[in-house]
Amino acid sequence: MRFFEYEAREVVKRAGIPVTDYGFTTDAGEAKAIAERIGGPVVIKSQVLTGGRMKAGGVKFADTPEQAERDAADVLALEINGHMPRGVLVDPKASVKQEYYAGVVWDGTRKQPVMLFSDMGGIDIEEVAEQHPDHVGRRHFSNILPLSEFQAKQCIAQTGVTGSRLNKLVPILTRLARLFVDYDMTLAEINPLAEMEDGSFVALDAHMDMENEARPRQKALLKDLGVGDEETRQAREATEFELAGEAVDAQDHRGVAGNVTEFDGNLGLVIGAGGGSLTLFDAVRNAGGQPANYCEIGGNPSVAKACGLAKLVLSKPGVDKIAVMMSIVSNTRVDIVARGVIKACLELGYDPAEKITIFRIPGAWEEEGFKILDKYGVKYADRSVSLHEASRLAVEALAGTTHTNDPASGQ
Amino acid sequence: MSILVDADTTFIVQGITGREAVNLTRECLDYGAGAKIVGGVTPGRKGREVHGVPVFDTVAQAVEHHGTPIKGSVVTVPPAFTKDAVFEAIENGIELVVIVTERIPRADVAEMVELATLRGARIIGPNCLGIIVPDVIKMGGIGGPAKDAAKSYKPGAIGVISRSGGMTTEMSSTLSAAGLGISTAVSIGGDAIIGSTYAELMPLFEADDQTQGIVIYTEPGGRMEAELARWVTENDSRLPVVAFMAGRFMDEMPGMSFGHAGTIVEGKEDTATEKIARLAEAGITVAEEISQIPEIIKGKIEERQGAAA
Repeated sequence: MRFFEYEAREVVKRAGIPVTDYGFTTDAGEAKAIAERIGGPVVIKSQVLTGGRMKAGGVKFADTPEQAERDAADVLALEINGHMPRGVLVDPKASVKQEYYAGVVWDGTRKQPVMLFSDMGGIDIEEVAEQHPDHVGRRHFSNILPLSEFQAKQCIAQTGVTGSRLNKLVPILTRLARLFVDYDMTLAEINPLAEMEDGSFVALDAHMDMENEARPRQKALLKDLGVGDEETRQAREATEFELAGEAVDAQDHRGVAGNVTEFDGNLGLVIGAGGGSLTLFDAVRNAGGQPANYCEIGGNPSVAKACGLAKLVLSKPGVDKIAVMMSIVSNTRVDIVARGVIKACLELGYDPAEKITIFRIPGAWEEEGFKILDKYGVKYADRSVSLHEASRLAVEALAGTTHTNDPASGQ
Repeated sequence: MSILVDADTTFIVQGITGREAVNLTRECLDYGAGAKIVGGVTPGRKGREVHGVPVFDTVAQAVEHHGTPIKGSVVTVPPAFTKDAVFEAIENGIELVVIVTERIPRADVAEMVELATLRGARIIGPNCLGIIVPDVIKMGGIGGPAKDAAKSYKPGAIGVISRSGGMTTEMSSTLSAAGLGISTAVSIGGDAIIGSTYAELMPLFEADDQTQGIVIYTEPGGRMEAELARWVTENDSRLPVVAFMAGRFMDEMPGMSFGHAGTIVEGKEDTATEKIARLAEAGITVAEEISQIPEIIKGKIEERQGAAA
């Protein structure tokens, strides 16, 4: 889960890393008051969870409080990459001598966190690493042994930084590494980390990403930051269809009928699970099909859940038929899913044999499932028909229908 | 032969009284010659039995009751308690820990893996279905009930390693139907940090006479495939490898990137396209469809045997 800059700065501040005397507000008048309190030139920064805000005009420099108010009003009304800002940060315009970079991320291969430091901050660390590898220090640290300052010292010293600068930077990088661990971050970075004209160091911007799985044990921090449980911080807003999918999943604890993503094709997919659904989605597209959705079913869902999900997919405008497909299942009962999808067709007044292009779920309780499918004339396949072949059959079954999407419009 | 487990492997189930764990225990006991599940652990449930398996409060009690060290543990406890359960297993001499639990924060996984490394233990998972040696033993839910697992897994020459539990069975079923069969299949889990990656299991398969080829299932995200490609090249592996990659459509979707700092550590190796290129450089064929895998691996094995003759 990503944090807004004003939240990330708050996290940095709590960890004891110096920050500027900034203010956050959603009101232009208040931005003026913050600028007055700061008493000098300020920077107004849009608070959005997307990149490129500088280019989009989301960062403005103001010399007077009146200018700050006007700039804040402009920035608050400015949409960036489809995102409206959460508010603005009013920051003193700093007189910076040099910019540094400090970050901590996971190294999946080493299975340890790694701290990164560069004396070339302010720009993409990726670029620095490529063009000036000797200006990027790296130091892995243990998951179970105590984190010590010497590790940060080694990391910084690798870049050639020495003297009082080194000694002032060590506690900052150490604290950043500690907060990364304490708050279950997957990314914690300060960029730029500024050395001011007076020789002090200040975090001028910060990025934080928290592991979603760790949210339950980080409730205290999230509450302090004002992040509610309902705030998922997805890259884009969920559509009504996707929210309806979540509602189907929530009605019953058995199995999964969620993870719904909308596309605009005409073939509805009730597919599962995990790797199987990734495989099937690719296979349908390779066969020339246009998926209307990506929609996973798994675990051992109840009849009601399978029914609810199939109904949702069938009711989506533009969907002509559905395909019900999974890789060989072991803990999901084939007969239960069969009952659910047939029930959905019948309740919506459709002939299951007509609406279901193919049912390819082999595995546990398949004999019982196939009997039910036979009774309603639904075409099904056993494990001798591959996932790709089943996908082709589904696409072929759709080819004869009258409704077609314009292929030029794409997905 | 096989890797990781064989007919003599003893193991416990941690969290054995949970609904899923009770089923899993039944499935393992019923499979092959019958797994040697020598105990179960659920704190506060000492004195009960699950399908005849005695339940203890602690791993130490289970080890003491068994009388000699226990080789493995299947851990199926809620995410908040998994780290402690795995530490308990390792500190009581367990060498092989299969973690079934999903949604464990990666910091916890990293801690478990580091302790395992210090103690010479190995972790499979988390978020995985475990290990199966066809007709011999299964450790975990892999393949489902014994009679279903027997349909999909026939003994043979191919090692299977998969990031998706369900697809382990789908691919093994295809290999079994084609007459190739499976030496050992391992569901390794798909999380960002896992106990054993493809590259970390390769030396075990390399040393296993029964195994003549490897089939892997993979997805976008992470750099496990790049690590495998490097291992195969650097070690001049005797085993031909065929991969299947799902989720190619995700390359076209936003939000898949690690961000800048992640990229300099993890590399630009996380998309399906990048991975396929990297695998191909190492001589690993990426099959377009699962049904093509048996022919491709057969051809590669014959090619190597021809070259060796």
